[in-house]
Amino acid sequence: MDRRQFLGTSSGIALFIGTGGILSSLVSCQDTSAIKGDLPKHDITAWVRLSTDGIITIYNPAAEMGQGSMTALPLIFAEEMDADWDKVRVEFSPQVPEIYGSSGWGANRKGMLTAGSRSVKGYYKDLRIAGAQARAILMQSVAKKWEVPLTELETVPSMVIHEKSKRKIAYGEILSFLEAPETMPAINAEDLKDPKDFRLIGQDIPRYDIPAKTDGSAQFAIDIRLPNMLYGVFERGSLHGAQPTLNNEATILGLAGVIKVVKIDYAIGIIAETIEQALAAKQQLDITWSEAQASGLNSQELYKSYAKVASSNKTGKLITQKGNFKNAFQKAAKTYQADFKNDYIYHAQMEPLNSVVQVAEDGQSAEVWVGSQQGFIPKMGVPRALGIDPENVKVNLQYLGGGLGRRSLVDYVEECAWLAKEVAPNPVKLMWTREDDLRYGAFRPISLQRLQACTDAEGNITGLAHYVIGDGDNLVASGIRNEFYNIPNQHAEIRVVPQGIRLKHWRAVGHGPNKFAIECLIDEIASDHGKDPVALRKSLMENSPRALATLEKAAEIAKWEEPLAEGRAKGVAFLERSGTLSTGICEISLDRSTGKIKVHHFWSASDAGVVIQPDNVKAQMEGGIIMGMSSVLKEQITIKDGHVQQSNFHDYSILRMEDVPETIETAIIPSAEAPQGVGESGTPLVACAIANAFYSLTGKKLRHLPFTPERVLAALNA
Amino acid sequence: MPKYSLRINNSQYTVEVKEGTSLLWILREHLGLTGTKFGCGVAQCGACTIHVDGAPMRACILSIDGVTDGQQITTIEGLSKNNDHPLQEAWAEAQVPQCGYCQSGQIMQAAALLKDNPNPSREEITAHMNGNLCRCGTYMRIMKAIQMAADGPLSLNQKR
Repeated sequence: MDRRQFLGTSSGIALFIGTGGILSSLVSCQDTSAIKGDLPKHDITAWVRLSTDGIITIYNPAAEMGQGSMTALPLIFAEEMDADWDKVRVEFSPQVPEIYGSSGWGANRKGMLTAGSRSVKGYYKDLRIAGAQARAILMQSVAKKWEVPLTELETVPSMVIHEKSKRKIAYGEILSFLEAPETMPAINAEDLKDPKDFRLIGQDIPRYDIPAKTDGSAQFAIDIRLPNMLYGVFERGSLHGAQPTLNNEATILGLAGVIKVVKIDYAIGIIAETIEQALAAKQQLDITWSEAQASGLNSQELYKSYAKVASSNKTGKLITQKGNFKNAFQKAAKTYQADFKNDYIYHAQMEPLNSVVQVAEDGQSAEVWVGSQQGFIPKMGVPRALGIDPENVKVNLQYLGGGLGRRSLVDYVEECAWLAKEVAPNPVKLMWTREDDLRYGAFRPISLQRLQACTDAEGNITGLAHYVIGDGDNLVASGIRNEFYNIPNQHAEIRVVPQGIRLKHWRAVGHGPNKFAIECLIDEIASDHGKDPVALRKSLMENSPRALATLEKAAEIAKWEEPLAEGRAKGVAFLERSGTLSTGICEISLDRSTGKIKVHHFWSASDAGVVIQPDNVKAQMEGGIIMGMSSVLKEQITIKDGHVQQSNFHDYSILRMEDVPETIETAIIPSAEAPQGVGESGTPLVACAIANAFYSLTGKKLRHLPFTPERVLAALNA
Repeated sequence: MPKYSLRINNSQYTVEVKEGTSLLWILREHLGLTGTKFGCGVAQCGACTIHVDGAPMRACILSIDGVTDGQQITTIEGLSKNNDHPLQEAWAEAQVPQCGYCQSGQIMQAAALLKDNPNPSREEITAHMNGNLCRCGTYMRIMKAIQMAADGPLSLNQKR
């Protein structure tokens, strides 16, 4: 590959080393003329920038929304570059998917999308190679300068050494004679470190972003303030898809500080001089809303119609088919059928949606400040909203005050572009209130799962069928497969019923509801045959040793076999999410008068392949389990006559400190396999583990999420 | 619009805003003290927790008219000079933050607790911190960090 191809390539292994930014980096290259002509044609920077004082700046291509990519991804690069981590600084990479996109989204689809727990998994190989290339370039320059064979050189952190002549040189000092090679060094598998030699990967390196997150200096998009900045708000109503008619535009325009009223298809926007003026004006809006597809919808009545869809002969979209379920079901010694339900839930990321956009006076370029999971829509829809080329939009990615799937939509960025266009060149900060964020949320869909299963006379599960009825297409399909259970006949199908409610991926997506159904039915079958739930799962995992290892480890640390105190019970669940295999076990008690479930302990064991930061994996599991408990015990969005009924944290409860377990213990199975995603592995374990513990404790079945005290009491009395 | 004088983090500020304006917007949007976060606007999440004369308060529901010039306001920016309050050090040591958005409020709430009660029990910590939401679910580590800070700097060093 020559440099020209390299510059234009999508391989994402670009490297320029220099004293400053992109152009000044060329100064230290010997033959700068060759690339000076090329560079302006390609909006390209590098994975790394090295300065003479030895500071190594590594670009992080992923959003940082709490999951730790700001540390984990640069750490992978630094490992192979053999960089001294104390000298590493991390910056967000520019928004150039051709260079910085992950190849983890499939062939011909490089994307800068931080979702599906795919960051480490998707970048691991590319960043190792890129880091190794950086190291090789430094070593090549030193070999030439010292006139020694390359093979005699080695590196220690941030230093090239030549043992024979006892010479050594710091990376920063190499800059004065650095030669950028004509072609990027080829890196083969044997050129990468043996995992047993890792110095950074697998160690508990503190997270890069944490110091700024303890003194208030970490910058989120909502913290951006620019000269002459104006404030924007929208009223979007509580009936998704309804169109507004504004009845008092003149009044609104006459209010203090109001600069413009902006009408869009689904909302009325206000631009004002201050946030308090914008919010005060929003209160005064008199809007008549049209009907919409969701008009008249009552969420809690949907289950009846969904059950009918489940019973009908009309088939939906086939997700998986193995063996012949119908045949197995007909011939089985014993058959089972159960319906499981889950209400809509909301992301509730702590930072309400917001963004800042500044459009140039001529309308031909723009700058954006945003916390976004990004995605495949170029520059988060701003070029599309303004009718300009993506090249003319500069994105300044900020920390995300939570993503959880919600920040992979671009509505809150496009909206700001529409406002900023009206008042160019003044920048506009668009703020969603919590009420806006919740009512006009994009929820995890409501759904009904009908499961059928069958066993032979010994209680071996011979067939499992899973029908999901709900909205959101593949949002309800994730987690429906059972690749780690040896069940010979399987059928899984989704039947989609569009409701007109806004929907989006919510941490672990369909895994929450679907694994809940599958794992609960397995316990019901185990109980029916007098089998222990862990023992039955062990037999199902006979062909899946890695899955089995998580089950055995979790059972070990949870002391599954030991007797429990009076009034306590344990429940188990296993699942695969984003490649990570996890088993979770919880211990609960129950207040039979109030219906309140108390989770006392939660244990988990995960196989995530190579783990970059073990303590961060534990943090993700802990947080994921807490969020899972929150959704399972508390969270519920209801729709009445088409309108979202909740509006803020007083009527949409999320878990508080009073409800956390006494302990959460997380085990990581050592592995040299490719890394997998951990961010979503803990959350979907919770519903099934709690319901199974409840079943063990009471003999009663919890089959409708969330397990509110009312539903728990109803189950107890059933 | 009336002018208000405020004493924040031992500095004097003057703002000109409408009566009834929320202290949160004044701190964040008028004065640029953005470490204090907007989360709900109705005192349900604690992301905007500050100290007024040492007591933890939710800035979002404090009207500018309710704060007098003589009162000392402390925000996360004024908690320590070098990010070295025992709680801030414990927060880093325990690797508490994930997204980090709620953590200014968590730390300010916890700081008010330790000032009055240097050795809180687990139950006392829970009761005091229960109004501060964390969607990332870092509660276990918040608990641990408060206990570490309460045990004192010596214990913090030993745990390193």
